[in-house]
Amino acid sequence: MWLTDSSIGRKLVMSISGVALVLFLLFHATMNIFSITDALFGVEYYNAICKFLGANWYALIATLGLAFLVVVHIAYAFFLEVQNYRARGRQRYAIEGKQPAVEWSSKNMLALGVVILLGIGLHLFNFWGKMQFVEIQHIFGIHVCETALANATNGVLIIKDTFANPVYVVLYLVWLGAIWFHLTHGVWSALHTMGLNNDTWMPRVKCISNVVATLVVLMFAAVVVFYFGVSLAA
Amino acid sequence: MERTINIKVKVWRQAGPKAKGHFETYALENISTDSSFLEMLDVLNEKLISERQEPVVFDHDCREGICGMCSLYINGHPHGPDSEITTCQLHMRKFKDGDTITVEPWRSAAFPVIKDLMVDRRAYDKIIQAGGFVSVNTGGVPDANAIPIPKRDADLAMDAASCIGCGACAAACKNGSAMLFVAAKVSQLALLPQGKVEAAARAKAMVAKMDELGFGNCTNTGACAAECPKCVSLSNIARLNREYLCAKMKD
Repeated sequence: MWLTDSSIGRKLVMSISGVALVLFLLFHATMNIFSITDALFGVEYYNAICKFLGANWYALIATLGLAFLVVVHIAYAFFLEVQNYRARGRQRYAIEGKQPAVEWSSKNMLALGVVILLGIGLHLFNFWGKMQFVEIQHIFGIHVCETALANATNGVLIIKDTFANPVYVVLYLVWLGAIWFHLTHGVWSALHTMGLNNDTWMPRVKCISNVVATLVVLMFAAVVVFYFGVSLAA
Repeated sequence: MERTINIKVKVWRQAGPKAKGHFETYALENISTDSSFLEMLDVLNEKLISERQEPVVFDHDCREGICGMCSLYINGHPHGPDSEITTCQLHMRKFKDGDTITVEPWRSAAFPVIKDLMVDRRAYDKIIQAGGFVSVNTGGVPDANAIPIPKRDADLAMDAASCIGCGACAAACKNGSAMLFVAAKVSQLALLPQGKVEAAARAKAMVAKMDELGFGNCTNTGACAAECPKCVSLSNIARLNREYLCAKMKD
């Protein structure tokens, strides 16, 4: 199978899974913005989305698909990293020079990825574990606390609770910073790997990369900062 | 105006492919700033020979930046701290009096050390042998205007063809990847009508050979293009990816 045996095939898997995850992030970030507009205009669109994406068959299939993408992306990351480490040889350079043209993020994608993975763990614990997971347990007849079940689709309440805690605010902002660095290299690198680049488009794809990364991170960070502000005002 | 400097050179010494290597520091006095880096190493070797020590082994040939034979990883950069030149074109005026200059061989699993600073770069030749040529019978030499080629393509092919196969790309890459070299060699032919005929088979064969020889996976850091003495563009890698993926999709 050339997707595992050839270097470009392996990179293609990395880029396609990566781009799919970026598209998910764009959707997720857009959805989150409703939690702010709801608070400002007194409507309940965000919780409607939470209900829509609860333990329904289509949402569960999508969740499994998403988990599959994440696993593939991480598994290939380690697979590639081990091969690359070996390719460099056992004897390392005594002095490694820096090239101004080389982005810091491009050399630290794995480290950034690990930080992002830890963030995902925290995020699943904070939100998924209190929302879809509670509903799944309920479906399988496992006893869950009544209030937890009642609040499982009340996303706004869980956001409010989580970001009233300054520790979580800081952790989430650090996490978003890592995502920003990861995406600024990841998006253009994925397009480059798919062959969608040339000398004319190089500055453009890098610009697209920065715009997408900034947009995603700003939308997520807005929710964190907004609800921390709400908690301070309350 | 000639000036001289006193320097220390910290050189990687390794008796053979299997031997354990180490750094050795030598002091050199009154090195002319007009001399080239390789001339400085010649001075060092003459000194070592006069002291009945083994001279430092390093690769070099044309000494005018076109053969791709000289290598050397100097102060953390392939072909030294200056840009767009090979080691033989590097001058001692780029260094200051009292500097300690660290000289290492290319370090990549696919480029094993033969001795001291000399590495085995036959891996690149093997990649070329796998498909970096045109095997269609082109007959006698036709007039240059018989096959019209757009100026843009001709220029891009020429820029890719400026690759001298020195190995700086793989040496600079944190992943030990040879993608810039393979991309340049695939591009220079894929852009021209004579090379297009075998473009798909060439891309597949050369990438397969590159992977087989133990080069790493490209992660688009761009260190290769930044250190390339011939400024081969990173976008050649996108072209190689395109050629390869299209060839695989057709299969």
